[in-house]
Amino acid sequence: MKQLTIISGKGGTGKTILTASFAVLAKSKVMADCDVDAADLHLVLHPTVMETHEFEEGERAVIDRELCSECGRCREVCRFEAISQDFIVDPVSCEGCWVCHYACPENAIRMEKNICGEWYVSETRYGPMVHARLGIAEENSGKLVTLVKQKAGELASDQNLELILIDGPPGIGCPVISSLAGVDLALVVTEPTISGTHDLERVIGVADHFRVRSAAVINRYDINPEISGEIERWCDKKGVPVLGKIPFDKIVTEAVVAGTPVVEYSQNSVSAEIESIWRGVVRLLAIEHTSAGQDNNEP
Amino acid sequence: MIISVASGKGGTGKTTVAVNLALLLAQEPSRKVQFLDCDVEEPNAHLFLKPEIRSSESVTIPVPEIDREKCTCCGKCAEICAYNALAVLKEEVMVFEQLCHGCGGCALLCPEEAIREREREVGVLEVGTAGAIDFVHGRLNIGEAMPVPLIRAVKRRIVPEALTIIDVPPGTSCPVVESVKGSDYTLLVTEPTPFGLHDLKLAASVTRELGIRSGVIINRADLGDQRVREYCEEEAVPILGEIPYDHNLARLYSTGAVVLDQGREYLEVFGGIWDSVRADSGIESLVSSG
Repeated sequence: MKQLTIISGKGGTGKTILTASFAVLAKSKVMADCDVDAADLHLVLHPTVMETHEFEEGERAVIDRELCSECGRCREVCRFEAISQDFIVDPVSCEGCWVCHYACPENAIRMEKNICGEWYVSETRYGPMVHARLGIAEENSGKLVTLVKQKAGELASDQNLELILIDGPPGIGCPVISSLAGVDLALVVTEPTISGTHDLERVIGVADHFRVRSAAVINRYDINPEISGEIERWCDKKGVPVLGKIPFDKIVTEAVVAGTPVVEYSQNSVSAEIESIWRGVVRLLAIEHTSAGQDNNEP
Repeated sequence: MIISVASGKGGTGKTTVAVNLALLLAQEPSRKVQFLDCDVEEPNAHLFLKPEIRSSESVTIPVPEIDREKCTCCGKCAEICAYNALAVLKEEVMVFEQLCHGCGGCALLCPEEAIREREREVGVLEVGTAGAIDFVHGRLNIGEAMPVPLIRAVKRRIVPEALTIIDVPPGTSCPVVESVKGSDYTLLVTEPTPFGLHDLKLAASVTRELGIRSGVIINRADLGDQRVREYCEEEAVPILGEIPYDHNLARLYSTGAVVLDQGREYLEVFGGIWDSVRADSGIESLVSSG
């Protein structure tokens, strides 16, 4: 079983669009949407939810005003400015460290389990999918990402599936790090802009730091072919294979609006390039090529 | 006056809007404008504002250091640690610094007083100026998991007398909340697609949860469908402005060029956005008109 994570550093480069098309092209796989605080893959793959589970992680402090003597010890020890002057805990600022609970001389602070979201096991036309919704303003996104990957792994094992196809989050922080843990390949989707290259270098730095092999795709490359060329040269120096360069085309937006993966929506230069990129992924991961209905140009 | 620029979805144009709005507002000489880039994982605003950095400081969080002479391996620290950052073995205590939130609990509660705290760097805070704009950003160290302490450090530089524009990271969880918290108004930048709409609703929930008034800017407004506009009408969320897709603009953005400099029409787009923000946020009386 192999794991592929699609990340970007910079947001909005086309991770989800690419993941959705890979879901069409990959033969034996489970999809995992690990962009848990702004999950979009379901908008293109239209999963039917088969199981819903609560994601409970960590606690939040609650002060019992009857027992509270207003001594202020909790406010002294709280490092997160989560307790107001009238001794109310702000659940958004509270990081669930329990220190106030231990420090309170009146035992007036209890810790309540925090339900921070939900995760789902679903069926799609393209195969099974694990996805999640992190509650608004919650923490623990890294833990939810880990849970989604773990559940996808269990499913893949049970059903003898070859690949876990992971739609990753933007950035470089803990949800991204969690989405990279133990994967066989990080495919970085970038764009030919100075923001894109700046962020690409940082996120490849993270993949390197955690010893995860990476490859790159340049999306909308013809917006700036010069910068696209610079990216290719940089990747070459770093030993990061560039698996493809997708041209800008409004048809991609049309496909998103239609809620359809690009490679299903229409055959054109974009879908041809995505199919070529997929063949590159297949080679790097040494997995079986393509599902039925696509041209098998090479193994 | 603090105005944050957020989105939910990545790549909708937050930095473009934040940067160009700040530059427009800074043209008024009586107005002090501050720009805070709170996207400490992938800061981009400096690529457009090109600030002269005047100071750079290490941002740290306190992590435990065990005094092996005093430690009895009683296990209390690992018991109370809510983040599994401590593991007590037979002869020693292991500290997983990356998991530590810096709550100070272990140091406070160790019965042998065997735990001190040392400052561990998580990133760097840089402060400078871009023309008349006071600029602050943070840059999270590669491999660090937690951006929130660095975002807090950036926000501690807010000057209350200034008009502060905050560039917010994508997403809807704790880094976004930390960045947006305390704003007087939030601009939500979206695109007219199902992804844009879905994530806009999540971002709007965040601002609502925090009690912050917000308005929407639709970027690449002619590339997509009407569902975002319909949502805004149904929910009475003001649309502060629309920026049409412009291939020329996309190319300019790719090079780090500032849109405002490129022509009268862009000046008018951002001028219009600012007029709408002023009208909707009711800050006419607080800020001198420009």
